[in-house]
Amino acid sequence: MNPQMTRRLTRPLLYLILILMAAFFLMPVYLLLITGLKSFAEVDLQRMWALPSGIHFDNFILAYEKLAPNLWNSMRLVIPAAIISSIVGSLNGYVFSKWRFKYSDVIFTLLLFGMFIPYQAILIPLVQFMEFLGLRGSISGLVLVHVIYGIAITTLIFRNYYAGVPTEVLEAGRIDGAGFVGLYRHVVFPLSIPAFVVVLIWQFTQAYNDFLFAVVLTGNRTWPVTVALNNMAGSQIVQWNVQMAGALLTALPTLLIYIFLGRYFLRGLMAGALKG
Amino acid sequence: MTATPVPVRAAPPRPRRYVNRDQLLAILVVLPSIIATAIFVYGFIGWSLRVSLSNWTGLMPDYTFAGLRQYLELFRDARFAIDVRNTAIFTTIFLTSCLALGLFLAILLDQRLRGENFFRSVFLFPMAISFIVTGVVWRWLMNSATGTRITGINLLFQELGLDSLISRWHLTDPPWGIAFVAIPAVWQMAGFTMALYLGGLRAISEDLREAARVDGASEFQMYRYVIMPLLNPVTLSAVIILGHISLKIFDLIVAISQNSIALDVPGVYMWRTTFDGNNYGRGAAIGIIMLMTVAILIVPYLIYSMRSEEEA
Repeated sequence: MNPQMTRRLTRPLLYLILILMAAFFLMPVYLLLITGLKSFAEVDLQRMWALPSGIHFDNFILAYEKLAPNLWNSMRLVIPAAIISSIVGSLNGYVFSKWRFKYSDVIFTLLLFGMFIPYQAILIPLVQFMEFLGLRGSISGLVLVHVIYGIAITTLIFRNYYAGVPTEVLEAGRIDGAGFVGLYRHVVFPLSIPAFVVVLIWQFTQAYNDFLFAVVLTGNRTWPVTVALNNMAGSQIVQWNVQMAGALLTALPTLLIYIFLGRYFLRGLMAGALKG
Repeated sequence: MTATPVPVRAAPPRPRRYVNRDQLLAILVVLPSIIATAIFVYGFIGWSLRVSLSNWTGLMPDYTFAGLRQYLELFRDARFAIDVRNTAIFTTIFLTSCLALGLFLAILLDQRLRGENFFRSVFLFPMAISFIVTGVVWRWLMNSATGTRITGINLLFQELGLDSLISRWHLTDPPWGIAFVAIPAVWQMAGFTMALYLGGLRAISEDLREAARVDGASEFQMYRYVIMPLLNPVTLSAVIILGHISLKIFDLIVAISQNSIALDVPGVYMWRTTFDGNNYGRGAAIGIIMLMTVAILIVPYLIYSMRSEEEA
């Protein structure tokens, strides 16, 4: 068989496999959507896979009523956390790539370790310390925690990004008399928009999807949506169809970001693999 | 730049690096992050270690030194034994499935097919979702009700005439229940593994593939003997990243198991025993054991990454 013919034979098979795999990956989304759009009357576990008769928003409305305060809490958490994190990461990355000092590489590696630790290993002191600072139970406390434990990854992404900025560009600025601040403001910062997008998306997603910090550091008035959804799913009172609608509502913000800014999302993901 | 000032007195010669104002400013900028990490990462680890060496139970902190008591008790603890076994089973299945599926999908997508972007996005989107959402949905998909109450994926199997595939899923008798929890975890992370491999594949030059073809290698042989060995560094990265996620697995288990001891893992045990049971000493010991397990994986990798960067 010549390669041309093998190609013609294997292509349909390849597509078939890919379509089956895509069906596997989309199955939960399909279930979430059709369940969410059913009327209360047609919700039946034994007819889980049947299409809804029409488009009904009853499930979403009920789920939204239950989760709205928590979705709002999540936004109040995630937006400041992402913005502060990206600023911190940018400044750190600038120093660790362009203003290296003695032992800066060692210090950078020590910072990176924080990215991998199981948070259970710092959880008890963290709760004690936040209690001591009077920040346990507050959203601003949780923002602080996400910013601090985000230092490693945000610094890493910016540092790798700035490593690609040629030193000559900075030298030129330096000859023009710019110093640490001037070089950042006029040379480095204007070049960093793509890295800012990557880090903003990354931190937004991380803080939004977090459960562990949220569950130990917030109370029922300040629960972000992940904690509220988990409680809703664990309760016997809330019907499964409302749980499904709630799950979709919870997933929506990060899904939308993925759909519209997927390219940048992927870059953040790859940075997590260090040199990937 | 100004020249380094010449020391007036010749002896003793003190080698002194001249630090200018900007360099000082640079250090000041990173100082808060360094201090925060020193406290919140390293300081807290030390503090946890101290708690793990105490008898602290109850709401009031008690730092009475108890030596390795908490650790010794854990090693005799039936629940912790379940946790260790569950982590081992989960990690094995999760890692091998993610690597195999990820590599398979990457090779498929490497064939320059139409719709590549679409498929890649579909395989990767679960990464954007919280483990809690995944757990809530998969708990219903992996519903184990039988007979007239059959539902979830089992219902699909029944309708497709695949009755032999009907499963009790994560409610299967221990120790294999945890193996089914790896399915949603793979669903969530296989796309990421695919993206890593696809990046690796795209970095291999077309010339090399051409050379293999000219030498008479079949497509399979080319992948097996030319491309696979070149992907070893990617596999290493994937094992490290997935491995540490797996050893830390927490929210997915919480959302799926809803308190079932049969599906317990160290991350969940730590949380429950500390914040529900007030066993702070034991909780800290579990946290430290988790940290050491992850460190065995991560520390050599970090050192290796830094060394190879210096050489570059």
